[in-house]
Amino acid sequence: MSDTPESTDQGIPAPEGAADIIETDYEIGQDNFEAQIGPFGLDVHNPVFAISGAVVIAFVFYTLALPEQAGSIFSWLFSFATKTFDWFFLGAANIFVIFCLLLIVTPVGSVRLGGAEATPDYGYAGWFAMLFAAGMGIGLMFFGVLEPVYHMAVSSPLGVPSPFDADGNLIPENVDAAKAMGLAATIFHWGLHPWAIYAVMALALALFSYNKGLPLTVRSAFYPLLGERVWGWWGHIIDILAVFATLFGLATSLGFGAQQVNAGLNHVFGLPIGATMQVLIITFITAIALVSVVRGLDGGVKVLSEINMVLAAALLIFVLLVGPTLMIFSDFASGLWNYLVDLVPLSNPVGREDTDFVQGWTSFYWAWWISWSPFVGMFIARVSRGRTVREFVICVLIIPSLVCVLWMAVFGGVAIDQVLSDPATSQVKANVIDSYNPPLSLFAMLEGLPMSSITSVLAVVLVIVFFVTSSDSGSLVIDTITAGGKVDAPVPQRVFWACFEGAVAIVLLLSAGGLSSLQSMVISTGLPFTLVLLVMCIAIWRGLQAERRL
Amino acid sequence: MFKRIMVPVDLTHADRLAKALNVAGDLAAHYGARLIYVGVTASTPSSIAHTPHEYGEKLAAFAKAQGLAAGVEAESHPVISHDPAVDLDPALVKAVSEVDADLVVMASHIPGLADHFWPSNGGTIASRAAVSVMVVR
Repeated sequence: MSDTPESTDQGIPAPEGAADIIETDYEIGQDNFEAQIGPFGLDVHNPVFAISGAVVIAFVFYTLALPEQAGSIFSWLFSFATKTFDWFFLGAANIFVIFCLLLIVTPVGSVRLGGAEATPDYGYAGWFAMLFAAGMGIGLMFFGVLEPVYHMAVSSPLGVPSPFDADGNLIPENVDAAKAMGLAATIFHWGLHPWAIYAVMALALALFSYNKGLPLTVRSAFYPLLGERVWGWWGHIIDILAVFATLFGLATSLGFGAQQVNAGLNHVFGLPIGATMQVLIITFITAIALVSVVRGLDGGVKVLSEINMVLAAALLIFVLLVGPTLMIFSDFASGLWNYLVDLVPLSNPVGREDTDFVQGWTSFYWAWWISWSPFVGMFIARVSRGRTVREFVICVLIIPSLVCVLWMAVFGGVAIDQVLSDPATSQVKANVIDSYNPPLSLFAMLEGLPMSSITSVLAVVLVIVFFVTSSDSGSLVIDTITAGGKVDAPVPQRVFWACFEGAVAIVLLLSAGGLSSLQSMVISTGLPFTLVLLVMCIAIWRGLQAERRL
Repeated sequence: MFKRIMVPVDLTHADRLAKALNVAGDLAAHYGARLIYVGVTASTPSSIAHTPHEYGEKLAAFAKAQGLAAGVEAESHPVISHDPAVDLDPALVKAVSEVDADLVVMASHIPGLADHFWPSNGGTIASRAAVSVMVVR
C-alpha cells in the first residue's frame, strides 16, 4: 500500500495496514440497475434482485395453488435430505468444529479482519449482543424447555432409556442417566456445532470482503475457486440461493413465531387463538421492524440486540434465583461435563443405533443451522471488522456455546426438575411428554415458578423483540445481497424486503400447511449449502495463508 | 467572509455534482477560502474503493484535482460509517464541526413526494448544521 497522502490522515479510524487485496476488474455495483420508481430510488443487482423476488413469489403461488402436491414434494425432499444424508450433515459439522478449533490454535489466528492495523467497529458488548441475537435468540425461547425434557423422556439419545415407563410411572434407576442425557443432547444441538457453522460462513465473508476487497456477498468466498466466473451465473445462483434461504427461513419462522406469541398471549391474557390474531401479530412485528430498519444498523439492530440481551438476562437471572439455584449450578457443571463426555458419541456420523434421534433431531438441526448460515453469517461478518481471526472464532464459537449451556441448564434444568419432582401435576410434562405442544412449553415451565404472570409477559415481549431483530437484520442482509454487495443502497429497498417477508409469512400462515411445507423446503437447502461451507473452509485456509505471508 | 468551505461529495456520482463543485470553487476563489471535500463511505468494499484507506486516497486525489482547477487550497476528509445508507446525514452534520467549516456547499435533487418520508440530504443538513448551507440544484 502506498504512503497515506497528507490530507487523508483525518477521518479514517486507523490505518488499515497490510492486506492481500484480490485484483479483479469487477467493480462493485457494475451489474446494478439504478432507477427512480415514482418517488423512490432503486439500486439493485441485475439479475439477482429480480430472479430472487420472482422465485419467491412463484414458490408462494405454487404452495397456495397446489398445497397438497407442494406439501408432499417438500416433505419428501426434507426427509430425503435429513435421513439419507444424515451422515453427511454430521460429518461436515464435525469438520467445521475441528476447523474452527484449528483456527484458534494455529498461527493464522493472528490475521486481523480488515487489515493488520484495522480497529474493531464495535465494542465487545454491542458486538456480542448482535451476533447472539442474530444467531439463535428466538430458538432458545422456543426450545429451551422443550428439548431437554423431550430428550430426557422421549427421544432416547444414544439409547439412554426414559425415566418413565409406558404408563407414565417413574423408574427411579433411570432418572440420573436420563437427566444428564437430556441436557447433554440439548447442549450438543446448541453448542459448538451450530456456532462453528456460522463461524465458517461469517469468516469467509468477512475475510474476502474486508481483506480481499471483494463485495460483501456470498459469492465472493468462491473467488479462489471460480475466479472471474464468480461474477457470472455461478455467482448469481449462489447469491439467489442465499436470498431464497434467508427470506423463506425468516418468513416461515416469523409465521411459527406468531403462533408462539399467540399461544403466549392466549395463556397470559386469554386472547383468542386464530389466524386473524396471528396476522395482526405479524403485522405488528413487521411494523416495529420497519422503524428499526429506517434507523439503520447502529440506531436499530444494535439497540434492539442490546435490549434483547438485557431482557433475556433478566429472565435467566429470575429463573435462576427463584428456581432451585444450587441444583441449577450443579446442572450447569454436570451438563457441561456430560456434553464433553458425550460429544464424540453424539457427533459420530456412522453406525448409530438411535436413528430416530440422529435423523429426527441432530440431522434436522444441522440442516437448519446450515440453511440459516448465509443470513447469520452475513450479519456477523458485517459487524466483525477489526477483530483477529482468533478473537473472532473464540467469540463466535466458544462464548455463545457457554451461554447456551447456561441457558439450557437454567430453563431445561428447572423444567426437568418440575417434571421429575411432581410428574402428576407438572404442566411441562403435560405439554411436552403427554401431549406435544411446543409453543406452550416455556410458559408451562414459568407457570410452575412464582410471579408467572409477570415472567410470562416478559417472555412474550422477549419473543417479539427477538423476532423484530431477526426481521430487521434479515432485511439488511437480503438487501445487501440483492444489491450486489452494496451496503449504501437506498433504504426503501430494506423497507421493501421487510414488508415482503411479512407478506410472505401472512400468505403462508393463511394457507393450510403452507408454513411447514416451505420450512421443509428451506431446510432442504441445507444440503447444497453444506457443500458451499466445506468449500469455504478451503477458501478461508488459503486466504488466511496469503494474509500471513504479507 | 468564509474561510473554510465544506463540500460533501459522493464519489460514485461525481458527474452529477458539477454545478455544486463549480459554485464551491468560485466561492472559494472569491473569498480566498480553503475547500474541504467530505466523503462518507462504509468499511465494506464499495464501487469506489476496496478499503476505507483506498477511499481516502481517491478522495484526496479528487480534492487535489478540484483545488487545482479552482486555483485554491483544498483538502479531503473521509468519514467511515457503519451504515451509510442511514447514517449519511448525521455523519455530514458531525463532519461540519470536525473540519471546522463556516460554509457548506452541496448538491441536492429537486424536492419531490419522497422528501416527505425521506428528507433530502441537503434539506436535513441545512436544518441541522450550525453554519450557512448552500444547496445547489
